[in-house]
Amino acid sequence: MDFSLTEEQQLLQDSINQFIEREYTFDDRKKFLDSEKGFNEENWKTFGSLGWLGMPFSEDDGGYNGGPVDVMVIMENLGKGLIVEPYVPSILLSGKILADLGSDDQKSNYLHSMISGEKIVTFAYIEPQSRFNLSDCLTKATVSDDGYVLDGYKALVHNASASDTLIISARTSGNQCDEKGISLFLVDANAEGVSLRNYSTIDGGKASELTLENVSVSKDSLLGEIDEGFTAIDNAIDLATLGICAEAVGIMGKMNEMTLEYTKTREQFEQKLSQFQALQHRMVDNFMHYEQSKSLLVMCAAKMNDNTEDKKKALASLKYQIGLSGKHIGEESIQLHGGMGVTDEMQIGHYFKRLTTIRTLYGNSDYHLSNYASL
Amino acid sequence: MYNDVVYFALNYKGVLMNLSFSKEDQEFQQEVRSFIEQNYPSEIKEKQDQGIPLSKEDTVKWHKILNDKGWLAVNWPEELGGTGWTITQKHIFQNELAAANTPTLMPFGVNMCGPVIYTFGSDEQKEFHLPKILNGDIWWCQGYSEPGSGSDLASLKTKAEKKGDVYVVNGAKTWTTLAQHADWIFCLVRTDGSGKKQEGISFLLIDMKTPGVEVKPIITIDGTHEVNMVYFDNVEVPVTNLVGEEGFGWSIAKFLLAHERTGIAGIPSLKRELDRLRDITTQIQVGEGSLKDDVMFMSKLDRLEIKLTAAEYTELRTLAAMSAGGHPGPESSILKILGTDLQQELSDLFVEAVGYYAHPFMTEEDLASNESRIGPDFAAPVMPHYLNYRKVSIYGGSNEIQRNVISKAVLGL
Repeated sequence: MDFSLTEEQQLLQDSINQFIEREYTFDDRKKFLDSEKGFNEENWKTFGSLGWLGMPFSEDDGGYNGGPVDVMVIMENLGKGLIVEPYVPSILLSGKILADLGSDDQKSNYLHSMISGEKIVTFAYIEPQSRFNLSDCLTKATVSDDGYVLDGYKALVHNASASDTLIISARTSGNQCDEKGISLFLVDANAEGVSLRNYSTIDGGKASELTLENVSVSKDSLLGEIDEGFTAIDNAIDLATLGICAEAVGIMGKMNEMTLEYTKTREQFEQKLSQFQALQHRMVDNFMHYEQSKSLLVMCAAKMNDNTEDKKKALASLKYQIGLSGKHIGEESIQLHGGMGVTDEMQIGHYFKRLTTIRTLYGNSDYHLSNYASL
Repeated sequence: MYNDVVYFALNYKGVLMNLSFSKEDQEFQQEVRSFIEQNYPSEIKEKQDQGIPLSKEDTVKWHKILNDKGWLAVNWPEELGGTGWTITQKHIFQNELAAANTPTLMPFGVNMCGPVIYTFGSDEQKEFHLPKILNGDIWWCQGYSEPGSGSDLASLKTKAEKKGDVYVVNGAKTWTTLAQHADWIFCLVRTDGSGKKQEGISFLLIDMKTPGVEVKPIITIDGTHEVNMVYFDNVEVPVTNLVGEEGFGWSIAKFLLAHERTGIAGIPSLKRELDRLRDITTQIQVGEGSLKDDVMFMSKLDRLEIKLTAAEYTELRTLAAMSAGGHPGPESSILKILGTDLQQELSDLFVEAVGYYAHPFMTEEDLASNESRIGPDFAAPVMPHYLNYRKVSIYGGSNEIQRNVISKAVLGL
């Protein structure tokens, strides 16, 4: 049994950490957040040229044949740097869907330039009533003479304002929550009838509410077979779930590090905070939460290519744990920083906010616990 | 009096509508209720119900309405403007205010500085300050914590040197809530650095307009400006602004901390908010049903409600014991921990309830603007509130310090 990274993975990890150290300080990040797109396009191109964007894709698709462990390495380390560039929406979600369903033309028109960092494509699938249910879809697509017409509403579409193209899920048959009958379409972000209401998210990201009114798309914007989009959605969300769990583990490790550092520096009652046993035990608990999360992450990365039930069980366990540990480590780290923990100027609060949104993304602990129970 | 309280504590059913109050108490409850109905300004009520941050003017307005009625300084001695209410009446009053979602009044004047001044202050201080605290003309803030002195408050370094008829104050205070709006600050300062650290502390009242006082905002993780740094650079304060003797500040601080902690549990508001969350679960669409059908979520809400009931009865027992025996003691530390724990857990359940619509970042300006909100109206204030409420287990003596108090003063460890 061997849990160590390969030499290539080790190099990948080193290169991400070097990038963060040189180009992504807390002050740099603040500037990126304040820019119009909410991230830095130069960074994105750098990610492309360093091969990070192509990692999850096969060589045939223009990628580097990386597996789930490589995705884990990338996301865990991006998490440590609290990177806001759209790796999850454009690569793990849209990229994965295109790789699974795209025709040769669609791949060469989109996937290749997404991998190089030139194009950004986001995935719009959440609806106000859908909560975490991936098959709950009210947005409709009807057949027209030369293609399809889309009508509906999508919530929390990450990085939509910076995207050239959107992948949109829409119901082409069946009832509100049926898996069958959902289709996926590539839609130009500037198409007539597409309107965005843009906003910042609490974790420093950008998102939009998306309204579709009579949006006409051509026949060749359909991805895969009509009515058969669900499996690709499910697989993409699975990969993204692994990704954000790895990100969370990176964040938790970093928060534990920062908390230890802070308590070793701050003195009250003529002692370092780190010398109070009551606080030591709490940091030990944080550390144990981290270790359990990391263990389930590694387990899950190793099982991503197993049969569906094993993979689903691993993902449910992992995301359940991340929800619990994210809350525990997040809240405790703030508490152990005292008043300083709630200030905007300290990094810890920003890590806390990202960790808090990850608790909800792709289903909270309750959702994944019920998934686990049903498997 | 004592029998009344025991009767009350034993008969309290915990539900607003079904209290086994005496006939007089029921009449009093009705009186409070109709007063609120007739006098709570609708524009403030609307803001409160929609989670729009209140302006200073809004808060002052409500403060003055209560004061005009004589219902502001509930706990003050009757001869100074207090109500003379029984503990049951006080409890009814707080519950009615919370149920109607009236503004939280700033505690620094009425609940903190006022009691210090009428208990320890000079006649001049009483004459000058107490009426202004009551009528809301002077807003107070609290100068306790310093960058190097948080939990270890007694290590504070802000220095006050006596020179003739003034103290010259130098140093910095932090986490000063709403200092940007305050007219005066009550401060713990060091007048003597030689002996035991608690013994050299004094309690000083400082006009914020005095030259050398500077306020700088601290922005918190919810993006708001609620707390500040307050710097003192050779600030000259008349010696007549000292409360009590030099070196008596620590005793006053302990007196005040105990006062601050009673009511810090915020039980009446917790009950209102828990009911509101229950109501919201029916409005949150999940597929073809609502969140109310989610057994896992609803069981968390129930668990929290039971915990709240336990805290509520703990508070009632404390109040009963207090009114029999005098001052609030270390028991208030239990309430601080229980109450703040509940406040934080409830704020997290709200976040969980609204799902993805907790993620849009709503600034105070966004919340106050006329533009429609992202997602349902009730979702918008939820995440800022969760983030902001990380503070409650840190302020007022962190919950770690409260545990130290209980272990020493109650368990004798």
